[in-house]
Amino acid sequence: MLLTIFAMLTVAGAVAAMSLRSLVHSVLALTVAFAGLAAVYLQLGAQFVGLAQILVYVGAVAILIVFAVLLTRDTGATPRASISHSWMGSGVAVLAIFGTLAWAIHHSAASQRTAVSEPAASMQQIGNALMLQFALPLEIIGLLLTAALIGAVTIAVREKKEAR
Amino acid sequence: MGETADQIFVIVQHWLVGHAPAALRSTLSPLLSVVAILGVFALLFAVTTVLERKGLGRIQNRYGPNRVGPFGFLQPIADGIKSLTKEDIVPQAADKAVHFLAPVVLVLAAFSLYAVLPIGRNMVLANLDAGVLFFFAVSSVMELTIFMAGWSSRNKYSLLGAMRAIAQMISYEVPLILASVTVIMAAGSLSTVTIVERQAGYIGILPHWFVFTPWGFAGFVIFMIAATAESNRSPFDLPEGESEIIAGYYTEYSGFKFALFFLGEYLGMFAISGLGITLFLGGWGAPLSFLTWVPSYLWFFSKLLTMIVVFIWVRGTLPRLRMDQLMNFAWRFMLPMALLNLVTAGTWHFLPQGVLRWIVCGLLVIVPYVLLGRGLMQGWKLEKRVYRFAE
Repeated sequence: MLLTIFAMLTVAGAVAAMSLRSLVHSVLALTVAFAGLAAVYLQLGAQFVGLAQILVYVGAVAILIVFAVLLTRDTGATPRASISHSWMGSGVAVLAIFGTLAWAIHHSAASQRTAVSEPAASMQQIGNALMLQFALPLEIIGLLLTAALIGAVTIAVREKKEAR
Repeated sequence: MGETADQIFVIVQHWLVGHAPAALRSTLSPLLSVVAILGVFALLFAVTTVLERKGLGRIQNRYGPNRVGPFGFLQPIADGIKSLTKEDIVPQAADKAVHFLAPVVLVLAAFSLYAVLPIGRNMVLANLDAGVLFFFAVSSVMELTIFMAGWSSRNKYSLLGAMRAIAQMISYEVPLILASVTVIMAAGSLSTVTIVERQAGYIGILPHWFVFTPWGFAGFVIFMIAATAESNRSPFDLPEGESEIIAGYYTEYSGFKFALFFLGEYLGMFAISGLGITLFLGGWGAPLSFLTWVPSYLWFFSKLLTMIVVFIWVRGTLPRLRMDQLMNFAWRFMLPMALLNLVTAGTWHFLPQGVLRWIVCGLLVIVPYVLLGRGLMQGWKLEKRVYRFAE
């Protein structure tokens, strides 16, 4: 029951993010969707993933989007039409995709399973797995993040030199 | 007798819950803890406001508030009545919904931080397996509310203050989390209860809190500096500086919403001090082995009050940092120190116990500190100030 409420909160947040007129309102609604998703994870017993979702998505990604919105465009009073002109065609396409996906999931192996036992992925196990079994993916992700950081610093430094 | 005094609140809670029907017990027990947390920390907020004003007053060679009650200690009541009865002015162009929600979400997030702090023996609201992670996750929600406050006011000063505040908070989050990672490494768990338990026990009469190790001391200092920056306290309060940017991101808030922002900020300060106490100062443990008869929650609150006093002292003493000085400090000094602290903590763990451990880790902390400090101050010359027009 609680799961349904959180799921509906997530969907409501996502729908609001699509249909609100002000861009900053959309960003905040998206943040609500992230938080709802984190609540779903926590309800399902995945503590680490749920808390990491809040830490990364609400704490970092939302702030990133906010900075991007603030620094790049004038969002104040530009109202956009929230319902596009081609709503009938796109509605048909969306319903078709949804029907296909629902049929595929319903007939797949995942929905035939009975209730699974509580997954025993505690923090210790996740840590151990990251350090021992998945050490190579961890290092590759570290390399990727370092490349992103260096790229950001390079762009910022060059801009400062051009400004001089 | 000591045992009863220590566990008195737990006993009272069990007694009260025992009166309820069995179906409601699992919701009533946390509810009682939540009410207790709300009451105690709101009261602590009231006491801190007057303590801060008196303390700052004495540091600045004046009396603080001394009209309301003996030595001015009933001032919070007067402040509360004032903020409740003031007119709530919302700018016409402001974003009404976001403007209203910002202080509410801030206080909500600030209160949720207390769920994982162990206030005494067996006195934690939620013994999460990933308690420290929960703490940092919720404190990053508070940054978003500052943006909401600054944006919705449609005021250039508010927006500027909000952007500065967010930049400052995300910069200082990195050394904060890295300093906590050393403790997590040493304790082997993310649960706050486990971390406090690892620091229990005494060598002779001295406790083995993490702060009494080289990496723990450096980590504690890094943590507290980053905590001061996270709570936007002086000397890091440029985003809300009264003489700089009017009131920064809460310029357009009046009456009770302003009081709520104040409340949220102070609650955040208490919570992060509480986390510092849990991680480094042994939580609810007594400082000397013959003082364990004092109840555990009294130790927690006395440590918390000591840290609040230190915060007030630092606020009254140090001048404000400029924005670029602040960011330089975070990225060029605190971050390398925090990373080296990680190495030191690992070295401490793997060296055998004894004097060698202390010497190596002490050098690993002191030498980079001196070198980095000297290196970063290379371009500066501290010379006698010359006034152009006053000579």
